[in-house]
Amino acid sequence: MLYQDTVESEVLVHKPWFVASIFALVLALFLTINLTGTVMGEVMRPVIGDPLESGFYGRFAIAFVIAVMFCLNLVLIGFGPLIVQIVVVWLELLVLFIGFFNLFNLSLPFIWDNLPLLISQGVFTTLYVSAISLLFASMIAIVAAIAKLSTNGFAYGIASFYTSFFRGLPLLMQIYLVYLGLPQLGIVIDAVPSGILALSLCIGAYMTEIFRSGIASIDRGQWEASRSMGFGFGLTMRRIVLPQALPVIIPPTGNMFIGMLKDSSLVSVLGVWELTFLARTIGQPTFHHMEMLIAAAIIYWILSVCLEMIQGRIERHYARSKVR
Amino acid sequence: MTASKIHQLKNVPSQREPTDAADMLHLQPTSFQGPSGKKQVTMTSDKIIEATHVSKWYGTFRALTDVNLTVRKGERIVICGPSGSGKSTLIRCFNRLEAHQEGEITVNGIRLHNKMRNVTEVRKNVGMVFQHFNLFPHMTVLMNCMAGPMWIKDVPEAEAKKTALQFLERVRIPEQANKYPVQLSGGQQQRVAIARSLCMEPAVMLFDEPTSALDPEMVSEVLETMTSLARDGMTMVCVTHEMGFARAVADRVIFMDAGRIVEEAAPKDFFTKPQHDRTKLFLGQILQH
Repeated sequence: MLYQDTVESEVLVHKPWFVASIFALVLALFLTINLTGTVMGEVMRPVIGDPLESGFYGRFAIAFVIAVMFCLNLVLIGFGPLIVQIVVVWLELLVLFIGFFNLFNLSLPFIWDNLPLLISQGVFTTLYVSAISLLFASMIAIVAAIAKLSTNGFAYGIASFYTSFFRGLPLLMQIYLVYLGLPQLGIVIDAVPSGILALSLCIGAYMTEIFRSGIASIDRGQWEASRSMGFGFGLTMRRIVLPQALPVIIPPTGNMFIGMLKDSSLVSVLGVWELTFLARTIGQPTFHHMEMLIAAAIIYWILSVCLEMIQGRIERHYARSKVR
Repeated sequence: MTASKIHQLKNVPSQREPTDAADMLHLQPTSFQGPSGKKQVTMTSDKIIEATHVSKWYGTFRALTDVNLTVRKGERIVICGPSGSGKSTLIRCFNRLEAHQEGEITVNGIRLHNKMRNVTEVRKNVGMVFQHFNLFPHMTVLMNCMAGPMWIKDVPEAEAKKTALQFLERVRIPEQANKYPVQLSGGQQQRVAIARSLCMEPAVMLFDEPTSALDPEMVSEVLETMTSLARDGMTMVCVTHEMGFARAVADRVIFMDAGRIVEEAAPKDFFTKPQHDRTKLFLGQILQH
């Protein structure tokens, strides 16, 4: 929360100088782009005559209309309450995006035909590879975080080497190393397990740092109180320190997981049938690249939004002991 | 406990249980000082804490120097002294939140050393109240009190709850049982901390400046709770600057400076005729306000 000053100030988008400068900016921007050949030109035909013949006058008129609409929109949104502002801005940006994708002349029926496979096979694989990796990564992270905080040089050495190594290499390279390198040692593992292994090790290294900072954020007094009651290390960790560290750990972990959901697309190089791999293999032979990529992108986005919501819920759950 | 000590234990005639505080004062053997003090130490069951020749260093800084202190069952001891004199360090050694390097500390018949099991056994029997309360903020007040008995004494939940409510009643805040610590005032939090320690049914309670972090108005509610505990015969060691409390409740007042016990006396004598110059200076400074 950015704590607002108590001084009343006028809404920014209602200040004349702000509206004027935005207007000038938008006008200048659209003057540089020739829109006379597009839909805008057709819409403006009654005013400017034949769009293609209108010259500078046409361009100016189009830019002017767009700038007026833009500024009017800003001023109107400024009147709404906070939640309405947020929803309207989201909707408008979405419309712009759809408009943008529309320029590609996508074949919607093709997307509809392949969507079931994309979801049943691709989403499923992506989710379970990510979820299992997150589980393993968390386990690695707890152990490594404790090792990094311990006074045991041996444990610290191993843990810091691990985090340094796996944070220092590109994930794609780690995936290749696990899949192609381990067979050299006589260990042959399938694509999916090696993808999970590489993801777990890599994300585990990042999460080690998250867990370490979470555990370190707990006041020394909590340890002392717990010890003074006779709780051993395990009990103190499990019941006193980790539950209190969780609110600190969860936001960056959620962040990590959302990131990993998309990093899991790198596993596609091993031929795992996850979302990205399917999108490419279905799109390529029929030259419907864009359709499949955009469909996959939207699915990734929806999944991420779901995860954001889950993260928000968990954060609110753990905030309850902080409520005054 | 060594064999010789058990032997001694058998041969020492059981000491008369002190009947009241004044009586007990006269019974106190003075602390075991003297160059060959070691063998004079006797193990009797009513010695809850016995520290002999305890020294402690932080790196090269000597925090405690040859401290000798015996706390008997039912005794109330107040430790005072200037800041940095080692009073907190001393009582933190009693439950091994700090390790001492020389000398021996025996708590409730168990000699403190590096073995974890040993230390845990001691900690179960020693309650500690901290300056900053250190309640567990993620648990309700009730759960704070139930946690100890349930998790390490294997007390069934229903029974732990009953005990917890009893002790919350005892510190007069049963109505706050289902709140979280942050929703309570400082004084209330400290009383919960006292109840939390009491739930473990400790043999001795250590108080580490329990009122120093409180608003002036809340000091008295905590001191009242502590006084009522003392009245019920709880063995207590308090590090505090509340001289009114020391005068009213303590059996002995111990004055420390620079890691040593400088003076040890009944409160009556301590406040009216202090022996050492350092004590006089200290008392002069804190009593002149």
